Amino acid sequence: MSLYTTTVVTPPPARRRWKSFLVQVGYALGFPIILILIWGIWTGISPQKFFPPPLTILEAFIDTWIGPAFVTDVIPSLYRLALGVILSIVIGIAAGTLIGLVRWLRELLEPTLEFFRAIPPPVIIAPVLIIFGIGDDARVIIIVAGSIWPILLNTIEGVRATDSVMTETAQSFALTRWERLRYLVLPSASPRIMAGVRQSLSVALLLMVISELFNNASGLGYKIKYFQTNYLIAEMWSGVLLLGLIGVLLATLFGIVERRVLRWYHGIKEVERA
Amino acid sequence: MATATAPAPSRRRRSANAARSARKIGLGLLGIVGMLATWQLIPTLGIVSPQYLPYATDTLANLFGEMRDLEFWRNVGRTLSLWGAGLAIATVAAIVLGTVIGLFRFPRKATHTTVEFLRPIPSVALIPVAILIFGLQPQAGLVIIVYATFWQVFVQVLYGVADIDTVARDTARSYGLSKISQFRSLIFPTALPYLMTGLRLGAAVALILTITAELVIGIPGIGSQITTALTVGDWLTVYTYVLVAGLLGLIVNLVFRFVERHALSWHQSVRGEEVL
Repeated sequence: MSLYTTTVVTPPPARRRWKSFLVQVGYALGFPIILILIWGIWTGISPQKFFPPPLTILEAFIDTWIGPAFVTDVIPSLYRLALGVILSIVIGIAAGTLIGLVRWLRELLEPTLEFFRAIPPPVIIAPVLIIFGIGDDARVIIIVAGSIWPILLNTIEGVRATDSVMTETAQSFALTRWERLRYLVLPSASPRIMAGVRQSLSVALLLMVISELFNNASGLGYKIKYFQTNYLIAEMWSGVLLLGLIGVLLATLFGIVERRVLRWYHGIKEVERA
Repeated sequence: MATATAPAPSRRRRSANAARSARKIGLGLLGIVGMLATWQLIPTLGIVSPQYLPYATDTLANLFGEMRDLEFWRNVGRTLSLWGAGLAIATVAAIVLGTVIGLFRFPRKATHTTVEFLRPIPSVALIPVAILIFGLQPQAGLVIIVYATFWQVFVQVLYGVADIDTVARDTARSYGLSKISQFRSLIFPTALPYLMTGLRLGAAVALILTITAELVIGIPGIGSQITTALTVGDWLTVYTYVLVAGLLGLIVNLVFRFVERHALSWHQSVRGEEVL
């Protein structure tokens, strides 16, 4: 077969690029489109009480979320989420580095921290709300209190696992404490830290929604719950869609950041594999 | 622990290790005691009113009192059985689908975007949908638990199945291994470490979602005990059950870490530590 292919005139590269691009798009969008079509046809043939057709959901999405509701409900929720995540990352990495570097501190705190990590985050919502009030601060505290643990414990673990040869090299080259932190400890812990951040993100999103279900009158979670209890089915699905989009957006953002931060690490992995 | 099984360590090193692990346990206990003392001090010093943050001693006493009550253990059982059912369904579905999709190029490429879109959807977003379809029933909780847990395991199985060493695969082919023995001695051992990671993460996520479902939907269990105590302002019971939830989480984590270590005792990642 290979004999014949050499005589075949190869198509111009531009056309081939087009074709492979179309194939890629087909793979990317084919299955989702089929799924949505099935949903559309199914709800078109026999209207379901709880499953409105996709177009109705899209309409409800535009009516509900694009407009003032975006400012009054979506923005505050996202603001609390962002603040909570950033605080978790900063506090988690700072405290984790300190605890990871000081051995007696680590041995002192590790069992206690393991317990805090094991607490299913939603159960702390009520205590935090009663102690810190029901304002915005309390909801940010809830997000931090729930999502800090994976980052904190992974940082401790990552800092502890710094290569001992490299630590000794850094010492013999008389790197200052700060330089050692900046160029050795934090980079070598970063794959672990990023894995922790990934876990934290999904917990933070969960807590953002759940914390708004308790005595609160604004926010995404509250809105969706309101639609559900009032049987506004299409609006409720549009809320689910919005939450899904936020989740996808967060995952994409995280993917971009991770690829930048861990570029060297993925490079090493690839070399090892090849 | 790892060094205890290493071949004949010198006596002095062994005693040094024993001293080190004794120190570790001692410091760990000290940390827990310190934590409890801090907790005790906060209401004592009036930083937070004892009404809203009961004394640590009272809460622990209440916990031991509850433990003598059969109803307490029934609630623990309800939570654990919902958790177990969700985890089991999600795991089986994830293994079957993950293997089928991961082994073949076409379904893997065709479902990639769908998986990447569905996976980050927070499962709490589905709570209203689940309540509408199933009402305030355990099934509604089960849907949420299964959805959240499924992705954790599924993605790991997908990676694991795709991670097969090409040389090993070609060897298996040229030795004419049947499909079944290829699965048994090539695909399964390759994917097992990934599966175990997925299970460990999935078990923790499933517990979080079980408690969430009990809190929000009101399915009987530890979570609903907290909700009931909240409505009557019984903060002592609230903190007791927060403690119980934490202990359950800790036990689940420890058990799955133990299972992972034992199921992978042959694997480099576990064995490697012992050689050092």
